Amino acid sequence: MAIITMRQAISDALWEEMERDPKVFIMGQEVGVWGGTYAVTKGFLDHFGEKRVRDTPIAESAIVGAGIGASMVGLRPVSEIMTINFAFVAMDYIVNEAPKMHTMFGGQMKVPLVIRTAGGGGRQLGATHSQTPDAIFAHFPGLKVVSPGTPEDAKGLLKAAIRDDDPVLFIEHAAMYQIRGEVPEGDYTTPIGVSKVQREGDAVTIVTYCKGLQLSMQAAEQLSQEGIEVEIVDLRSLRPLDMGPALASFKKTNRAVIVEEGWPSYGVGAEVATRLYEAAFDYADAPIKRVAQKEVPLPYNAALEQYALAQVEDVVAAVKEVL
Amino acid sequence: MALKKKDHLELYRQMVLIRRVEERSAELYQAGKIGGFLHLYIGQEAVSTGIVSVRQPQDRIITAYRDHGVALNVGISAKEVIAELLGKETGISKGRGGSMHMADVTKNYWGGHAIVGAHLPIAAGMALGDQYEGNDGVTICMFGDGATNIGFFHEGVNLSKVWNLPVLWLCENNQYGMGTAVDRASAVEQIHMKAEGYGIPHSRLEDGMDIMKVREAVGAALDHIRSGKGPYFLEVMTYRFEGHSMGDPQRYREKDEVTKWEKNDPIGIYNRYIVGEKIAAKADLDKIEEAVEAEVAEAIEFAESSPDPGFDTLFDYMYASKE
Repeated sequence: MAIITMRQAISDALWEEMERDPKVFIMGQEVGVWGGTYAVTKGFLDHFGEKRVRDTPIAESAIVGAGIGASMVGLRPVSEIMTINFAFVAMDYIVNEAPKMHTMFGGQMKVPLVIRTAGGGGRQLGATHSQTPDAIFAHFPGLKVVSPGTPEDAKGLLKAAIRDDDPVLFIEHAAMYQIRGEVPEGDYTTPIGVSKVQREGDAVTIVTYCKGLQLSMQAAEQLSQEGIEVEIVDLRSLRPLDMGPALASFKKTNRAVIVEEGWPSYGVGAEVATRLYEAAFDYADAPIKRVAQKEVPLPYNAALEQYALAQVEDVVAAVKEVL
Repeated sequence: MALKKKDHLELYRQMVLIRRVEERSAELYQAGKIGGFLHLYIGQEAVSTGIVSVRQPQDRIITAYRDHGVALNVGISAKEVIAELLGKETGISKGRGGSMHMADVTKNYWGGHAIVGAHLPIAAGMALGDQYEGNDGVTICMFGDGATNIGFFHEGVNLSKVWNLPVLWLCENNQYGMGTAVDRASAVEQIHMKAEGYGIPHSRLEDGMDIMKVREAVGAALDHIRSGKGPYFLEVMTYRFEGHSMGDPQRYREKDEVTKWEKNDPIGIYNRYIVGEKIAAKADLDKIEEAVEAEVAEAIEFAESSPDPGFDTLFDYMYASKE
């Protein structure tokens, strides 16, 4: 097991998949000459050439739309949307074209497309560039939505996404490229739509994903020093949503906190809490709590922005509240 | 490629088939047997028939929601078209798509797309697929005049030139985007002039009601693209005799205008050409019309007696990946 950054894990996944399958190619803004705005595709252009590492105009509809077309005729494109905030410009393609093709034509077409993008706040980019709208995309049947919280899962899930025959929205976090973690040697994939227990405990179940996993792991360390052992379930995929591990854990701890970065209204926490109540209402010893972003467009001011975002202390407080 | 007598008769048959299928579909719609929208191709038959007759098998076709004409031209049977309109399991899209979503990828016909302009970037991606693989196919992308005012159009057309993609942008200018005349919606009335802004060679065929002229113009455009010169933009002037969809009161145009165009009926023009040039006798054409009547009657019977998709098939084409 090597310890590498999230950036390296994602880069390695793309590199290895492009080496493995000549039909895999990447396209997006600044993926080539620039090397990727988050330096994920540095060195790719020199190695793979312009045919497979394609800089595009700043035109998200074309980036995703052309990705859909190319995938329909047999290629395996990875279309990159620089940040998820720009995905709204390509919304029709992500939610209204890619997820519909297979079913709408009675199974004739498939769209093995990966849309890579990065979301999240905390970088003082202002309200239009700091969002976590994952739940919006997870709303649509036909689209798969994946958002890893560790380098190991990022690499395995991206490889799985590229090999998947359906459109996958792969959401990274713009402030997590530097985090480090152990990654297995050699080729491996992580199945889409399978949650994972990232830390075992018996006091409270925390259900989370992506940046929320980081917050939760840090909160768990603090709580452990006070003798409170939380169990952390990482969803990893928002659609298909695997509730198995979260449900099993909730039945064991009888208490749950859901941690997400986005706004709570109509969000991942709302969905997970409902599913826990629907399936295991009698197991609840306390109302389920949600930890999320305050309901406001994120401000630029650093302190104000952090105040609006969920912090480790918020997770700690929520756990103590349900205990 | 000079047409033989049998080729002319086949093209004539296709045009009559489109006309009869559309007329009978309008009746089925009035009888409440077809749901949703029904956009008839009546009046525009020379365009799709001309296009499909000069394409090579490796040339892909993709179009907008007024798609029954192309469907019949590529060889989807009247049975499968009408069954789809009736929402039956035996429809070409297994009753999942309806009027606006018909495709048959085995015939290199990729639909049938109902978000105005959205299929242009998808077409660019399909052309990219052929360029990437070194195939000599051209993607023929048909769209209406209304589609040229939306952002998707500009992103797709721009990308096609940036990457020199083998795509024929084929604008069927039927002079109305729903009920809004071209001069009320488009900054230029000569739609093909928009290609000038992207450095793409372009032309306009003033008489899209004459199939022989359509064949000539499309053939020349395809030759241009196949020689490696990149995309081409062809505007074909045509007219839809019926409303935008069923139930359109057509307050936006005078009856005189419709009558004037109906005198230019593409089937009448072709009929007079075939007889006038002594390619075939009037009796030959009458025989075709009778055969088509019978074929469509049989298709309706087939469609009406076909089963609806079973409730147990609701999720059948949800995902393409093997579970």
